[in-house]
Amino acid sequence: MKEEEVELLAPGHKMCSGCGVALSTRLCINAAGKNTIVAASTGCLEVTTSMYPQTAWRVPYIHGAFENAASVASGIEAALKKLGKKCNVLAIGGDGGTFDIGLQALSGMFERGHKVTFVCNDNEAYMNTGIQRCSATPYGAWTTTSPFGKYSIGESRPKKPIAMIAAAHCIPYVATATPAYFADYQKKVKKALSVDGPAFIHVLTPCPSGWRFPPEKMVEISRLAVQTGVFLPWEVENGEVENLRITVKPAKRKSVEEYLKVQGRFTHLFKPERRQDVIDKIQKMVDEKCKRFGVE
Amino acid sequence: MKQVIEGNQAVAIGAKLCRPKVIASYPITPSTHIPELISEFVANGELDAEFINVESEHSAISACLGAQATGVRTFTATGSQGLALMHEILYVAAGMRLPIVISVANRSLSAPLNIWGDNCDTMAERDSGWLQFHSERNQDALDLVIQAYKIAENKEVLLPAMVTIDAYSLTHTYEIVDVPSQEEVDAFLPGYKPLHACLDPENPITQGACAMPEDYMEFKYAQQKAMQTAEKVVDDVFEEFENKFGRKYRKIEPYRTDDAEIILLTMGSMTGTAREAVDKLRERGTKVGLAKITVFRPFPKKELITVTKGANLLAVIDRNISLGLGGATFADVSSAYINAADRPLILNTILGLGGRDPTVENFCEIVDRSKEVMKTGKVERPVEWINVRKEDVT
Repeated sequence: MKEEEVELLAPGHKMCSGCGVALSTRLCINAAGKNTIVAASTGCLEVTTSMYPQTAWRVPYIHGAFENAASVASGIEAALKKLGKKCNVLAIGGDGGTFDIGLQALSGMFERGHKVTFVCNDNEAYMNTGIQRCSATPYGAWTTTSPFGKYSIGESRPKKPIAMIAAAHCIPYVATATPAYFADYQKKVKKALSVDGPAFIHVLTPCPSGWRFPPEKMVEISRLAVQTGVFLPWEVENGEVENLRITVKPAKRKSVEEYLKVQGRFTHLFKPERRQDVIDKIQKMVDEKCKRFGVE
Repeated sequence: MKQVIEGNQAVAIGAKLCRPKVIASYPITPSTHIPELISEFVANGELDAEFINVESEHSAISACLGAQATGVRTFTATGSQGLALMHEILYVAAGMRLPIVISVANRSLSAPLNIWGDNCDTMAERDSGWLQFHSERNQDALDLVIQAYKIAENKEVLLPAMVTIDAYSLTHTYEIVDVPSQEEVDAFLPGYKPLHACLDPENPITQGACAMPEDYMEFKYAQQKAMQTAEKVVDDVFEEFENKFGRKYRKIEPYRTDDAEIILLTMGSMTGTAREAVDKLRERGTKVGLAKITVFRPFPKKELITVTKGANLLAVIDRNISLGLGGATFADVSSAYINAADRPLILNTILGLGGRDPTVENFCEIVDRSKEVMKTGKVERPVEWINVRKEDVT
């Protein structure tokens, strides 16, 4: 097969080397296939793949604004119905465009039942504007607006449980994934696109520039997130959280320290002095979450 | 067929006759009857369309944007705070050259909250790249919606358009409206065929790209050129409409201006009241006329200068206020004359904000003031507010 038939996100885009969003989007769009329309929100992905007069998209692509990818996708889906065309509608947002400014439009799209799959590439801060905290930023993380200081341990609030919020809309399909476990992720994309109604996939996409790690460590950190239980890949159908399935189970959970110490955004928890209290709190939060999800 | 209908019905019927395929809407007073009626048309099969009950006006215009970019005609209705919430996406739709048509029930902006008429809402969007058509009567509302699609979709234009009706004085007021048949409208406005932008997996294109400083200005210049082209297209479409439907529209509509020394410049539903004042004053021998703005974007500079030729004074009446300056129309009108060799004195009156009804007496007062100014030839206070309790504001 020709390269352009397999790779629907063309090489030559402007994303950073080792970008989790780049790998996530490639996996996602290739799983979705050519018969797909993409509606993206403003963010890293958008500015790096569609700089006029070039585009990296080999599928039809539209960008409206930051907070409205879900609404634009709703309109696309409605138009396709009237045109009698059958094709996948994929909305892609970053964490800002999903957890924060785009949450209202997303909730509306879910509630109205549009047959749209919304994929959130979550790199846990406003990376496109230069690493500012958002409601996806995890407890204890440094960002430029949650700095570490005499009166601050970094981000002071836990991460918003966006996928559970999506599941609470009782839509046909909600899943979480990471690019490290690509087969699991791509299977979920296909499943999401096959359901008759809205679907949501929350993808943790490590960011070398914002999380402060070398580009070649991206997949390793993505895997560590799962192995430590910081991020659990799961899926839920029709909002039945009692039947939630963990799709990648960490064999024996590693301590969260393994995950924290390889990322510059948590450096302040280890030096100039070790903040055992904060590390312990993060471990406790992860343990409690894993218990709720039935992960040892 | 002649029907007695309110302004909102005229808009809804006008939109239905244009056969939009996607309508995304959010209720807002006093425009709500429009989505109510259109949802009924869809429910009973009179209109074959998807009706999306969105969760905000921001999503209403965003869904229209997505649908229009997929290749179908779209419609939504809003006003006031709703239009303000759409503000961001109005610019996006114009920049992406998507010929979306919306109606705006002209209503004041908060604070204080007020649901009644003025046109601060549409004036705030005059720089957004949308064509603007203003209705004096319910008939205009219906006719202008149909013509707006035709102008917006012209391949040399490709700009979105808004058609306004004033809160309550049109939205909720019943008038006789001649409703054309579906066949007549179909013959005037063929189905929408996207020529420039369409999301289609068979022919993948990217819409809504980023543009760096070396490219951005050319996009804006192209929009400006399209606005200039629209000046001619508006005339052509108005003429074709007149030939087919027998109703004549003009960008600036004159009334008893031929020998007028003073010309009142109005917009929207206050025009009927102003016309009555003109008749009354003419009976007393005052040489006064009236010019009504129907097309506000592109701004009809040439037509304005032609209509006011020979007049001594142009009294611009604004039901809006650009705080810190004066009326929005006044500012634009003044700029039209900046290099004109022969120009009238220009006065601006602010009235009717937040639904305070303009009266015949108000317009007579404006003419009295104009006469005083003409005596001296000097404009001491270009902007004056009338029918306002200035003594209450200390």
